[in-house]
Amino acid sequence: MTNKQLTNLVDFSEYKGVWIIAEQRFGQVLNVTKELLGEGKKLATSLNCDLTAVILGHKLIDWPADLVRYGADNVIYAEHELLSDYNVDAYSKVLGNLITTRKPEIILFGATSIGRELAPTLSAKLKSGLTADCTALEIDPETLNLLQTRPAFGGNLMATIQCANHRPQMCSVRPGVMKKAKYNNKCDGEPKVEKIIPIITQEELRTKVLKIDTSKSAEIAIEDAKIVVSGGRGLGNAKGFNLLRKLADKLNGCVGSSRACVDNGWISKPYQVGQTGKTVRPKLYIACGISGALQHIAGMEQAECIVAINKDPDAPIFKIADYGIVGDLYEIIPRLIDELDNIDDITEVLDICTESVSASNQM
Amino acid sequence: MTINIAVCIKQVPNTNQVKIDKKTGTLIRKGIKTICNPDDKNAMEEALKLKDKYDDVKITVISMGPSQATEIIKEALAMGADRGILLSDRKFAGSDTLATSTILATALRKIQEKEGLDIIFCGRQAIDGDTAQVGPQIAQHLDLPIISYVQELKYLGEKVQVKRALENGYMQIEAQIPVVLTTISDLNKPRYPHMRRIFDVFGKNPVIPVETWTADDLPDLDNTQIGLNGSPTRVIKTYTPDRTFKGEILEGETAHVAHILIESLKQKQIL
Repeated sequence: MTNKQLTNLVDFSEYKGVWIIAEQRFGQVLNVTKELLGEGKKLATSLNCDLTAVILGHKLIDWPADLVRYGADNVIYAEHELLSDYNVDAYSKVLGNLITTRKPEIILFGATSIGRELAPTLSAKLKSGLTADCTALEIDPETLNLLQTRPAFGGNLMATIQCANHRPQMCSVRPGVMKKAKYNNKCDGEPKVEKIIPIITQEELRTKVLKIDTSKSAEIAIEDAKIVVSGGRGLGNAKGFNLLRKLADKLNGCVGSSRACVDNGWISKPYQVGQTGKTVRPKLYIACGISGALQHIAGMEQAECIVAINKDPDAPIFKIADYGIVGDLYEIIPRLIDELDNIDDITEVLDICTESVSASNQM
Repeated sequence: MTINIAVCIKQVPNTNQVKIDKKTGTLIRKGIKTICNPDDKNAMEEALKLKDKYDDVKITVISMGPSQATEIIKEALAMGADRGILLSDRKFAGSDTLATSTILATALRKIQEKEGLDIIFCGRQAIDGDTAQVGPQIAQHLDLPIISYVQELKYLGEKVQVKRALENGYMQIEAQIPVVLTTISDLNKPRYPHMRRIFDVFGKNPVIPVETWTADDLPDLDNTQIGLNGSPTRVIKTYTPDRTFKGEILEGETAHVAHILIESLKQKQIL
């Protein structure tokens, strides 16, 4: 080993604690942040260290403290007018300084379109490793290194990656995969929120956000849907989604799609489930006319229950389905809708069920 | 004044056809077509659109990889790029995203120092790794602003205005040039190579030959930061996702099957 390499190795004993970088948009924390808190807690428990949530923003009200109620041991809240909305220069400067001075051992980011720009910027700034879009994380019991597992080659291969000789160990976590942390109102004492006011000036920011338009948000919330009715090539045409929408409406769910339909222009990209689309983990996923390429399965296999409807009895989707129906979706789905008409109050029942479940969890 | 543009591209296996050797957990490369990464083609197209519009635009295409990657550089030259550079050296092998971005940034800096660079385009992510990391890392190494997920671009001389895609909309962002932009498929529709240029580029005595740069051509490169040994992250295990049948096939007359399914879902409290 050359001298130069030796100087690159850092003294690991200085690096302590698990950090998650919370992501807020318009003052609201994204769901993936709750997932990071759940996963971060698991890692912090394995390492017997604190879980710190870091949040950047301006005039945030409840959220910094709520991050403690979602499981963080403490919170660092960087507050500044210029941190109100995401700006890569401002955010990477503030986080870079915090990480360099506080030295966390592990940092988790949400692999959102923003996290996937911020995290690599920081990894280059800090000259440490970063693993993108992880779907499983654990601590190696011997080395105490973070084992980061992610899909590659369109979900055809899983790779476990470690960053053994550099700190901090950083990764982004694919939204929708990890379990969300539960809200706990009964925290002991005052939530530990440390507010810092960083020095940033407008002049040092080389990019300027002129406008943010998130009008598409109400339309498509497929990641949050409890039930997803998804269509594939087997639909045959764009009109097929009308039938799926009917079923989805009946179930108070959302329509999803395989890549083939998006490529064919039958439905827009935000509906795409899979490795290159979204990851969903609904209670029920109904795959209609989807063959089940690994690329698609990577985005939905964690659904609690999977129903597959396909003409081809050898379609790989049946291998992961809880219930499979071999047949024409255009015959079967109308029957399912008929069947559901007999239980009109279904969504009410579902809501009451989940409410009582979450209520009992908090007791 | 010349507008100098660099486009970073990558040769990737067509992941739609990828097969994994289940015993070794590695990619079966035999018989798999390699292609220019799709997002990178959008990067290339956007550079060409600027060349269509302005008189004096020079496009340099740059790729890191084995000698076979010359193919995609030639394809980019045939589409209309002016210069093609392949970064190829055994010392580069096994580089993770940080090491890769270090090598690319060092080469880009060499171009920048000699003739200046106004815009560096990268595809947002490559379909083999899907990391989306190299673009932002290059920007950081070169101390340039980054805008990723670019879905619309307006070049305004001293600055650019872009729409940057979000999950549920977009951000409109303005940046001074020089700037690094990573592109997505919504940005444009890549053109096909020109027939005449195909002959110029792929012929026996190409009019525009592809230059190859090795580590020796990059004196500023720190050898401890590149290749497998210079990479902070390392793959320690690969495996194919194991999926075995767990469910039941419902058979019979359609109305009956529909009834059974809904009843079963209710019983399991899924509905």
